[in-house]
Parts: sequence; structure tokens; C-alpha cells
Amino acid sequence: MKAIINIALKQGVLDDQGKATHHALDTLGFENVVKDVRIGKQIIIELNSSNEEDAKVEVSKMCDKLLANTVIEDYQIKIVV
Amino acid sequence: MKVSVLQFPGTNCEYDAKYAFERLGCEVEIIWHKDKELPSDTDLLVIPGGFSYGDYLRSGAIARFANIMDSVQTYAKNGGKILGICNGFQILLEAGLLPGAMKRNSSLHFISQFSKLKVISSDNVFLQELNNNDIVNIPVAHHDGNYFIDENGLKDLEANDQIILKYCDDHGDEISLNGAISNIAGICNKEKTIFGLMPHPERAMEDILGSSDGVKMLNGFLNK
Repeated sequence: MKAIINIALKQGVLDDQGKATHHALDTLGFENVVKDVRIGKQIIIELNSSNEEDAKVEVSKMCDKLLANTVIEDYQIKIVV
Repeated sequence: MKVSVLQFPGTNCEYDAKYAFERLGCEVEIIWHKDKELPSDTDLLVIPGGFSYGDYLRSGAIARFANIMDSVQTYAKNGGKILGICNGFQILLEAGLLPGAMKRNSSLHFISQFSKLKVISSDNVFLQELNNNDIVNIPVAHHDGNYFIDENGLKDLEANDQIILKYCDDHGDEISLNGAISNIAGICNKEKTIFGLMPHPERAMEDILGSSDGVKMLNGFLNK
């Protein structure tokens, strides 16, 4: 079982990397296609657990304690069997 | 006065900090991150700059769980004085000892230059030898110095005189160096015992190296 964690800056926290990339896409001619760009990171954890619910609880704890800084970041967890 | 300076893998300003405080007449000991206890006679704890744990995950995120950090938390709770410089500031934020968080500089570039700083609050042990609105010239060198705190947090900082330094130009007008909210360069906790700043006063101890304005800053800790 794997946990796929997506971490990104919260809405309302200015994402400078996203903004710069958005600008670059605009200059490449995608200005009519692109509405917004947010850049985050993905962490993939292989788990020993076989219980999806337990795994989600444990991974949430990991995110709150270490993987995300909840002052500025949100996280989403997807468990893949 | 006894100054303890923490050292993590990737710290690179511990000897600058040691030199600076020894120059001011302090006894300085470098403390390895695997140690469990700070020296009991520590009068000031310095968490120096560098790139602890390669800045992996987030700057300061891994250092905050080092062995020595339990002792640092206890020391802080008991009112011990702490100065976090650059990566040390980032570690204090990650450890929850100061409010807010660091983001990548808004320019997305590493910034390495001298910067003028304006003293916003000198009513604390650190900046007591300076006056409000004084300007000091101090080097900065960081990639993640874009300080962020939410609106209510910022109001708290302002209400409690916790903003100690802001980036400014030669005339004292504020400038946005790295995108930091309200141009904040340094803050302290409510109790004014824990201080964090991105610029490096320990690198401004000799006129021949560009500035000795760091002397007036660090010297504050020596005055009771």
C-alpha cells in the first residue's frame, strides 16, 4: 500500500513559483488557456499497513508533524492499494 | 557570559558566531546536535545560519527534531535567551518557538548582499544599544527569507512590539528585499526572550570586512 501526498501553499498564500510559471506559460502563447498555476510537491510513502483507514490516520499525523508546514501549506492524502 | 552555539550537519556559520561572541569577550561552546543537554550555564543560545540537513523538505524542518531540540524547548520555556540567525530563524519557526513560516524569496533567487535594516523596536535585550529608526548595514544570504504570517498574526506582532527589524534603503524607507510580509527582517516572541532574523550580524563585526554594525546588536545580550 502506498500513500501519495500532495502538498501545496494554501489558497491566500502567494505562490511565487506558480506565478512565475504562469507568466512563462503566457509568454509561450498559452495565455488564453491557463487560468492559474500552483506549484507544490508530492511525497510517496510505501506503507506496511494493509488497512486503508489506519494508514490515512497515520499519514495525516506525519503531515501535521513533519511533512507539511500547516502555517502555509495544505496537504491531500491519497491511499493507493 | 556563556554562549552555546548549536551545530547541525550543514550548519556553516557556527564559527562566525563563535568568533563574534568571543570578540565581545564571551565564552563560547559549540554544541553538536546529537547531544541531549545544553550546558547548564548557558546565558545565550545561538542557532546559527547554514543549510541544516541540506534544507531538505523545508529549511529547518528536520533540524527541529534533532536530539538537542528537547533541551532547547525546555530552555526556552524557562525563559532562556535564544538568537536564531538565518537558518536558525527558520528552525525556530519550524519548532514553533516563533510564529509564522518562511517561503522561497519572491524573486526565486538566492540573495547574497549587504542590506540596510531599520530598527523597529529596540525595547528588548537584543537591540537595546540601538534606537528605533536607527539604520544598520548587515549582510543577508538566503533563499528562503520570505517571511509569512497571517493577518491576525501580523496584528499580534505589531501590537506586542515583536517586529524588531525591517529591510530598508539608505534613507530608512522600507523596501521589499525578498517578499517578506510587511518587509520583516527579524522578530521576537511575546516575552522578548527569543529572537530570529534573516540577516547575519555575526558577519558584520569588522569594518575591514564591510561593516561592524553587528557589534552594537550582539553586544545587547551582554548588558543586563
